[in-house]
Amino acid sequence: MTGTALAIHLRAVDWLILVIYFIFVLGIGFVLKKGVKTSADFFLAGRSIPAWVAGLAFMSANLGAQEVIGMAASGAKYGMITSHFYWVGAVPAMVFLGIFMMPFYYGSRARSVPEYLSLRFDEKTRAFNAISFSIMTVMSSGISMYAMGLLLQLLLGWSFDLSMLVCAGVILAYITFGGLTSAIYNEVLQFFFIVFGFAPLVFLGLRDVGWWPGLRAGLEHVAVLQGFAPGAFSESWRYLGSAAANPFGVEWFGMVMGLGFVLSFGYWCTDFLIVQRAMAADSMSAARRTPLIATFPKMLFPFLVIVPGMIAIALTRYPGSGFALPPKPDGTLNYDLVIPIMLGHYLPNGVLGLGMTALIASFMSGMAGNVTAFNTVWTNDIYQPYIRPGASDEHYLWMGRCATVVGVALSLLAAYLVSQFNNIMDVLQLVFAFVNAPLFATFLLGMFWRPANGHGAFVGLIAGTAAAALHHGLTLPAHSIPGIKGGWLGVLHHYPSEMAQNLWTAIFAWSTCFFCTILVSLATRASPARNLVGLAYAATPRLKDTAASWHQRPATLGVLALIAACLLNWLFW
Amino acid sequence: MSPLDIRWPLGSIFTLIGAILAVYGALSAWPIAASAAIDIVWGGVLMLFGASMLLLAHRAGAKPHG
Repeated sequence: MTGTALAIHLRAVDWLILVIYFIFVLGIGFVLKKGVKTSADFFLAGRSIPAWVAGLAFMSANLGAQEVIGMAASGAKYGMITSHFYWVGAVPAMVFLGIFMMPFYYGSRARSVPEYLSLRFDEKTRAFNAISFSIMTVMSSGISMYAMGLLLQLLLGWSFDLSMLVCAGVILAYITFGGLTSAIYNEVLQFFFIVFGFAPLVFLGLRDVGWWPGLRAGLEHVAVLQGFAPGAFSESWRYLGSAAANPFGVEWFGMVMGLGFVLSFGYWCTDFLIVQRAMAADSMSAARRTPLIATFPKMLFPFLVIVPGMIAIALTRYPGSGFALPPKPDGTLNYDLVIPIMLGHYLPNGVLGLGMTALIASFMSGMAGNVTAFNTVWTNDIYQPYIRPGASDEHYLWMGRCATVVGVALSLLAAYLVSQFNNIMDVLQLVFAFVNAPLFATFLLGMFWRPANGHGAFVGLIAGTAAAALHHGLTLPAHSIPGIKGGWLGVLHHYPSEMAQNLWTAIFAWSTCFFCTILVSLATRASPARNLVGLAYAATPRLKDTAASWHQRPATLGVLALIAACLLNWLFW
Repeated sequence: MSPLDIRWPLGSIFTLIGAILAVYGALSAWPIAASAAIDIVWGGVLMLFGASMLLLAHRAGAKPHG
């Protein structure tokens, strides 16, 4: 197997596995249809999902193909330092969500993150979040569809339009039938497909390069070629003393504050797409355990998705390895093709079908997660309060199904829009950073600072978003021209990398929202005696999870997760 | 209460795919080539996982079409 060609040749056995997967996905939706009788069944899975299922779905909701492809690409581009997205940029935030924030989300009985904002603050804050989240969700789903169509066309020679339409049709069917339960079940299925599809790839790749010592030696060669110290691609913390000493171009403060705090907590603790999985759990205890259970597979995923990227770059730079990542038209390596090229290179037909199905499953799951979040926020936070209040539960269930159809249609439209304009993906990434980073400050103050009020939250969110835009407009990453990458207002500062610029944009956005919310809340009258029980820390009795045995308690799981994450950071220091 | 225990579909699909891989690996080359060995071994692993899921679902008393 030389395998450096782009095309992957599937045989009947691979197709059979793919067809079986599609049949099961549709079958799950069909069987679950009989359990969907109310809007709560459709939007919140009837709050009946066991903790372990919700935990795996919580993790898988973030395992769209952009994550799988993107993390493998980062592994090839930056090396082991990419693990910070997991061990620093995910585990602590997931522990915080499970222990401190979930009691308010679940205890408030809100059906969504924007609804929590309405209960804690006011309607304008909810509307701002609901509208921005809906737009981002549809665009994100469209980008996932576009990326899938492009990849399948490139690798398998499938029709771009047909592959998008088939996958969109399958997603539409299983969500319309089974609602959130169907999406969650398919996310769990996808989780195991990724584990079983990628594990042989990692095993065969590591065996090929001479296990970990061989991979380290190969990466030393890569690092030296790029002008870094030999360990810069295989160690995660040692070269964070200065931005110039590591391929990420970020120093330890930007990493810890920007990624480990603002971006990570902003995403894991406030993004409804993620939080919705925990809100579907069958009890408060299960809801709190959901993100904590998810931390354990999450912290092992770098070995499944980042290590293949590291193997790919080591082999590419190793003379005579017979493997090379293909170049882009501009001559740089196409890191986005790490996973598909590695699948084609290492896996024989049969297991190859499993790997390709895992990849397609992750694309579809990424889209389905966005569509279920969209139909919930549209129906509960836009349609019900502002367009048709007071209708029957059957009507809202019907609207949820209609919103699913519209969500899938808009995603398809967004996919074609993305294919027309090269810069839309970059713009969306920016909008995510602009909207998510300040939102965490709003939640932090809303849950843990009683005087925070609706005016403060609303002004803080707008100011934080504006600060992000201003910072982006005045700074530019090295080797970039002013425009979509930044500097469109004039360049006051150059960052060594786009990553550094992103992290600092998030830090500015969060800080501005945090301080503006405090100032405006102090300057304006607090909303009239709101009942904050179940919404804010100071007004809510402490939860004592005595029903569960000691090893199932959130505090125990949280401490174990943090110890394990520290251990991994230390092992790959 | 959901009408379906997730362990039923998980167990069924991985047992089925594991069996397909193992049979395909066994039939595709003789004497067994390295690529066929991967299919056979991995098919066995999938079948083991699938069977464990089915067993757990069965012991939990859940029915596939409740």
